[in-house]
Amino acid sequence: MSVTKQIELVCPAGSLPALRSAVDHGADCVYVGFRDETNARNFAGLNFDEAGLAEGLRYAHRAGAKVFVALNTYPQSANWARWTRALDRAADLGVDAVIMADPALMDYARRTHPQLRLHLSVQGSATNHEAINFYHEHFGIQRAVLPRVLALPQIRHVVANTPVQIEVFGFGGLCVMVEGRCALSAYATGVSPNCDGACSPAKAVRWEQTPRGMEVRLNSVLIDRFDPGERAGYPTLCKGRFDVDGHTYYAFEDPASLNALELLPELLRAGVRAIKIEGRQRSPAYVAEVTRVWRRALDACLADSEGFRPSPGSMSALAQLSEGQTHTLGAYDRPWK
Amino acid sequence: MSALQLALGPLQYYWPRTRITAFYETAAQAPLDTIYLGETICSRRHELRANDWLALADDLASSGKQIVLSSQVLLESEPDVKAMRRLTENGRFLVEANDMGAVRLMQHRVPFVAGASLNLFNAQSLRLLAQLGAVRWVVPAEMSAEDLAAIEAERAFDLQTELLAYGRLPLAYSARCFTARHFQLQKDACEFRCIEFDDGLRLRTRDGEPFLVLNGIQTLSDRVLNLVGELASLPGRGVEVLRISPQAHHTMRVVQLFRDALDGTVSAAQAAEAISELMPAPACNGFWHGQSGMTRVLA
Repeated sequence: MSVTKQIELVCPAGSLPALRSAVDHGADCVYVGFRDETNARNFAGLNFDEAGLAEGLRYAHRAGAKVFVALNTYPQSANWARWTRALDRAADLGVDAVIMADPALMDYARRTHPQLRLHLSVQGSATNHEAINFYHEHFGIQRAVLPRVLALPQIRHVVANTPVQIEVFGFGGLCVMVEGRCALSAYATGVSPNCDGACSPAKAVRWEQTPRGMEVRLNSVLIDRFDPGERAGYPTLCKGRFDVDGHTYYAFEDPASLNALELLPELLRAGVRAIKIEGRQRSPAYVAEVTRVWRRALDACLADSEGFRPSPGSMSALAQLSEGQTHTLGAYDRPWK
Repeated sequence: MSALQLALGPLQYYWPRTRITAFYETAAQAPLDTIYLGETICSRRHELRANDWLALADDLASSGKQIVLSSQVLLESEPDVKAMRRLTENGRFLVEANDMGAVRLMQHRVPFVAGASLNLFNAQSLRLLAQLGAVRWVVPAEMSAEDLAAIEAERAFDLQTELLAYGRLPLAYSARCFTARHFQLQKDACEFRCIEFDDGLRLRTRDGEPFLVLNGIQTLSDRVLNLVGELASLPGRGVEVLRISPQAHHTMRVVQLFRDALDGTVSAAQAAEAISELMPAPACNGFWHGQSGMTRVLA
């Protein structure tokens, strides 16, 4: 089977230095967001204002890289104009694509900026070709990012049944829930990934040393408790330890990052057109290292997909960057389910 | 207020066949206007298969109630998509689309219900769906009264609004089965252990507080949404249908109390008090008040 040579490495940037890092280390595309709830990484101190984005665009375009803007949360009736203004801003600055989830915002984009390239965000929860083709027919989306729920044969099937380019996650934080269909954070903290663009927000986190150990809460909810010497990770709700029927364990997911590096040849053969690296909230140094490792692997795999094996060096470099320093194939691997 | 209709949402849990049948026999007698049927959580569940649900729909339709078939929320495989296609082509019953794929299969062809998992958060999206053939939409579980009122005030097209008014909140869906994980089983060989938990498998925090409920690939709130005390605060226009989500026990008594409250034969406060005795966990209504969903705001 012929392997497509057209596969893009799509890297995250939460700041201008991170964008430069990604571009310098070989990203084909960098994705960013504005400094508000119009994107799904709405964290304090993160993201771009208009001037920053303009500068980032100049930097990326000079190097031949693209910039995508994520406008991938759901506007409500009362604040609808904030999203359309952000979209107008992105379009006027000449971004290479916008990544969206809300159907009406896509409709607005298609009518107002017909030349603008539209991508369906992972927050759109489209896991099957009928859903993806819905967004293609109505709004002309040219790419869809798949939620982290499909196994490899299922990805192949989606690719074979849609004209839309498929982008999948290769590395980074792992949402164990279907993106766009998770209200756990909203239930515990009132901050909604769908509408506020944040999950398990730092402002709701409370660490407390107790006789039982170091306890961490989101709002009032105890997410985990750590013994002395135990590695205490960020209390993302679904990465906590809970008690089910007398057993205390990671009821949803162990602290681990997604790493699909070893699946690269199969993803290429499946016809996937872009690999996404998660982590707009991460540092420029992190972005540099992940981009460097993935760029090298992607080039090696494109040169010889049959013979490609991830090098031990690249796997250990990625393990160092992983949550809990361990990684998983997630849903790409059926037994994980 | 008594013009408000009552709907029974689709069964979220996995119950034995005889129990499901018996449950809907009682539903046929209950003061419900609409009954949603079908397996929306997991395609491996098979106590009732697609044809059994259709046969049940036929039986229940003779009770004079509106029957709606609900589509699966998370589709992963081609068999999932095929099952959704068959559902949308049933030719007799309205279908609740719980994925945009289902919308595509029905648009401009047959009327449909736009389910809560479609994430319709603004009037513009509602208008799009209405143009494609939606006759009703179900409000996302996390939407507040204020946001809903803003939508209802803005829109000028026909579309019934259905609001989840009672039941555990459906909060998340995953490729992974958390019930199987609890038993250290893989999903493909899950032994259908979720059938043992007729109200889901309770998850507590490490300080013993009930928090969530595991139901296969779905995660629900432990606390039970109850808006019976909030009926007076419904937007002045818009909401026409209140949804009650099935639970293991007393569902039809809850339905009756909602009906009584809507008819004014009991006060909302009396109904809330009576229903609190019938709930598997304490009440919550935070989302409705624009707060964290688990919060209980006292009227």
